[in-house]
Amino acid sequence: MKLKDLAKTIRSKDAGVDHITFDIIFDDYNNYEQVKKANTINREFIGELYKVPQEMITDFCYFDPAHAIKFTIQRDEPSGSPGDSDIYGCQQYAPLLDIELDI
Amino acid sequence: MKQVIIHSSNGHLGYAPTKEKSFYEGAKKMPDFYIADSGSADIGPRYLGQDVCSSPRSWQKHDLRLMLLAAREQKVPMIIGSAGDQGTNKSVDMYVELIKEIAQEEKLDNFKLAYFYSEIPKEELLSRLKKGEIIKGLGSARKNLTEDDINQTDKVVAVMGVHPYIEALENGADVIIGGRSSDTCVYAAAAIWKGMPEATSYFAGKALECSSFCAEPYGAKETVIGYVREKSVVVEAMSDFQKCTPASIAGHSMYERSNPFEEIFPGGRIDLTECNYQQISEKATEVTGIKYIEDNLTFKLEGSGKVGERRVIVVGVRDPLVIEQLDEAISWARSEVKKFYGSQKIKYKLYFHVYGKNALMKERESTNNNPHEVAVVVEAICDDKQLAHEIALMGGRGIFYARTSKVKGTAGTASVLFAEVLKAEPAYKWTMNHIMTEPDWKKISHLNYLDI
Repeated sequence: MKLKDLAKTIRSKDAGVDHITFDIIFDDYNNYEQVKKANTINREFIGELYKVPQEMITDFCYFDPAHAIKFTIQRDEPSGSPGDSDIYGCQQYAPLLDIELDI
Repeated sequence: MKQVIIHSSNGHLGYAPTKEKSFYEGAKKMPDFYIADSGSADIGPRYLGQDVCSSPRSWQKHDLRLMLLAAREQKVPMIIGSAGDQGTNKSVDMYVELIKEIAQEEKLDNFKLAYFYSEIPKEELLSRLKKGEIIKGLGSARKNLTEDDINQTDKVVAVMGVHPYIEALENGADVIIGGRSSDTCVYAAAAIWKGMPEATSYFAGKALECSSFCAEPYGAKETVIGYVREKSVVVEAMSDFQKCTPASIAGHSMYERSNPFEEIFPGGRIDLTECNYQQISEKATEVTGIKYIEDNLTFKLEGSGKVGERRVIVVGVRDPLVIEQLDEAISWARSEVKKFYGSQKIKYKLYFHVYGKNALMKERESTNNNPHEVAVVVEAICDDKQLAHEIALMGGRGIFYARTSKVKGTAGTASVLFAEVLKAEPAYKWTMNHIMTEPDWKKISHLNYLDI
């Protein structure tokens, strides 16, 4: 199944001016548990999906109280710098939508 | 039961108008305070750097009026943090003027207004560095502050904590207008002043600071009410279509933060690892298990500086063969610019944003299909306006005249929108995102009082 059919919310947003944080939020606790157990989505996976070295992934966690996966990537340049086309960091999540999960 | 009731109507006052129906529903709860944060660092560096607002004055006045009238009628304090989107001195002055205007228009009875600034003069930072003080970068993305960083900065503000707000309330202020402040602290200060523990006060601030973003379904600018108690915080949605649920409150803890388990502010932090979230009524959730940890007094410094003048040209391409070879065309355009301007040793920056291919994600984009149409937004930055204009123009025309191997449309391989270079505001950069240690907050900021 694709992640977009399992998760209720998939979003990205600046977390301060130097980082973009990603949230994948499930409203079905079972879905969250199964995805967590499968461990398909982890630091290494995100590093490859976003073509980003591990040291640029500053945080990664499964946040149980919100049934959510959360990770944060350091920006190459601070938000709103010359050449930045996504000041809010809110349009970086599309690659997450079609992640295939064996569920 | 001992509790402090806080009315939160807007997560960023002025950015979009407050929704009135839920505002008045919230007022019926007879809150002890009307509080709103009016700033954000998400809007880009230019507003701080240029000292301008991103929110229209009429929207700011609309929201301030709603709060002022309700607060004065119920005779409870009104608190606004980070005035005017960026919390500069000029923005604080503007909000003070707006309050005076509204008070006069509505013929309000006298009240006491307190305001404080949080800008830091560059000389102050330079002198601290000279004395050997280390001002650390926030996170791994930044190195320690250098003289160079300060010289590149046009404006810097310190993000204040609860202290100026508590002092103003101590001195009987009815309305408080704050410079740049931690949004959590603008709310926490009220509860702490009333005697609530730090743990629940700061958590309430964290939950309330984006108003209805902590409720579901999604809807901004609606009012939520926070009940701050000794051992718990209850958050209740006031709009008819929303409710605060354990998932929505926990979900909000993650919003805009890299670490959902803690919230850091001047003087300490709260630890949310052991939090418990319970739905206690249809629209309200109670949170317990918050821990407060005291720390040294440190302040985040936000600084922005101008990089150069910006000019933009939008070039449309519909020929699929050119689109296939767009990288080649752009390379050619870049090299033309470099030959002409690079040789004159002119410093410039040139960007090609290709909408339809990878404008949003750039090198991180994995989708490789060629669309049938693209817009190439050419962005040129240079100290000189005329040069920025010429460089943008040459970049755009470079695509128009592109020499690629499969040219069919020999009258022009791209179409320039409006046939002109568009003027944009100057380009800025966040030059500072650092932490300064200062045990005495009064060295950064002080309160002023006015009788209105």
